[in-house]
Amino acid sequence: MFETGSSLVNTMPAEGIQLQRLVKSYRGPQGLVRAVRGIDISIAPGETVALLGPNGAGKSTTIDMMLGLTRPDDGSVSVFGHTPREAVDSGLVGGMLQTGGALIRDLSVREVIQVMASVYPNPMDVEEVISVAGLREAAGQRTQKLSGGQTQRVRFAIALVANPALLVLDEPTVAMDVEGRRDFWATMREYAGRGKTVVFATHYLEEADANADRAVLMAHGRIVADGPTTEIKARVGTRTIRATLAGIDRAELAQLPGVSTAERHGDAVILRCSDSDQAIRELLTRYASVRDIEITGAALEDAFLELTSDPDGDREAPVPDSAGTPS
Amino acid sequence: MNGLVYTRFELLRAFRNRRFFIFSLGFPLVLYFVIAGPQRNNHDFAGTGISAPLYYMAGLASFGTMMSMISTGARIAGERQAGWTRQLRITPLSSRAYFRAKVLTAYAMASTSLILLYVAGASLGVSQSAPRWLEMTGLILVGLLPFGALGIALGHLLTVDSLGPVTGGTVSLLALVSGTWFPVTHGFLHDLGQCLPSYWLVRAGHIAIGGSAWGTLGWLVVAGWTILLVAVAAYAYQRDTNRV
Repeated sequence: MFETGSSLVNTMPAEGIQLQRLVKSYRGPQGLVRAVRGIDISIAPGETVALLGPNGAGKSTTIDMMLGLTRPDDGSVSVFGHTPREAVDSGLVGGMLQTGGALIRDLSVREVIQVMASVYPNPMDVEEVISVAGLREAAGQRTQKLSGGQTQRVRFAIALVANPALLVLDEPTVAMDVEGRRDFWATMREYAGRGKTVVFATHYLEEADANADRAVLMAHGRIVADGPTTEIKARVGTRTIRATLAGIDRAELAQLPGVSTAERHGDAVILRCSDSDQAIRELLTRYASVRDIEITGAALEDAFLELTSDPDGDREAPVPDSAGTPS
Repeated sequence: MNGLVYTRFELLRAFRNRRFFIFSLGFPLVLYFVIAGPQRNNHDFAGTGISAPLYYMAGLASFGTMMSMISTGARIAGERQAGWTRQLRITPLSSRAYFRAKVLTAYAMASTSLILLYVAGASLGVSQSAPRWLEMTGLILVGLLPFGALGIALGHLLTVDSLGPVTGGTVSLLALVSGTWFPVTHGFLHDLGQCLPSYWLVRAGHIAIGGSAWGTLGWLVVAGWTILLVAVAAYAYQRDTNRV
């Protein structure tokens, strides 16, 4: 797989992708939405970075600015030393956007991929892309007859056929089934393994953890954490253990391996865990008197909201008149 | 980079679309035979000096080709809804290549409609000298320019749902005022018609009575609308692509 075009890595400038002090607001139905409020992200060539965060965190707006689809209100974007538009025009960037999920009608899957291959200076082989995207059987079908999962595969194939130095994927696995997701990420990792830079947005911590070198956790238009996925994982408890346990200090519980925070209310203890398996083993080994154990998976959305609670409001009332704009 | 392949597939898509065959090709042809067929021996239609089959051939050619040009809008609106327009914007395909593909496709569809109506006209006894056919065709193709721009503008301004009624209504009204169904020779409708590019499309068919079918006014009206609608189309495209 991916035999062609590996020389592109060498022609890629060393700067990588630089997002500096990016700010973007737009008018929504409920007034001004401050989608991105001053973020800095630096991505080295060859890195795979996950933009992680709940809906409305500003991930898509950030990606739109990275691709030149939206102009930032303030700050700058540099893609391999170029403006996003220049990078796109010279075929350095391939993207899979979040859309209504449809494709253009009246073409076969192979034809859609051929059209897209034709507009890039250094495309991948169309048949190769069809194979790696898992579209061999659907290649002759018209796009309007595909399932949601197949449509997503085609959209991935379109991004891939560009043979881009930077591959940008905005929530790529939406509408894919389990098998589709597994195949998708395997292909993505193989592509990243060729020294390509990959940026993807997701609200699944597991996806970021399994497929990225690094995760940038966003909430309310700001970066809350930026580092290896292990660090993020440690900060966002994925499971909660509730149990009855008398006479043990809260701080001692918080020190348990696999536990990120501990609370106690009387004899009831609540342990938010980064690794609940390890935590439950330790808990049972150390404290024989523990009982009424209950383990629940916290919705990641809730965990994000907890970690990233918004101090100064997501939206602002529209500015009345010339009284001045927020800066 | 390579806008030619893009144009080729754009054409392929357009000609695979069943609605195109029914509405842009089939509908004008059926109407032509229904209306002009019974009057095939009327050689001076409503005092115009031209035969009924020729009059209606020109009228329905204008109707069918307008439909073909404006139907670009429906395809663009569909592409926007599917997110395809955004996808294209993150490719090296230039906006010039994009517009070229749209306009060429619209012209290919309009030309197909035109040729079919010529064949239909010939089958009802329409005959002209070769230069007349060529001049008539040339004028129609020029007269379609504003409608190509109109299609692109509508496609970037309207949604898929609103486009059908707007297109249908616009074409029907333009056809009525411009003399597609019967000659409009005096009064307000005539004055109004002369200001519309569709009027001059129908008039292109009158080349058969000799002389210049358009005159200065015709050229001015067509040029004016072309400039205006190209500007509107450019604005609509800009507005659409600058959106968040």
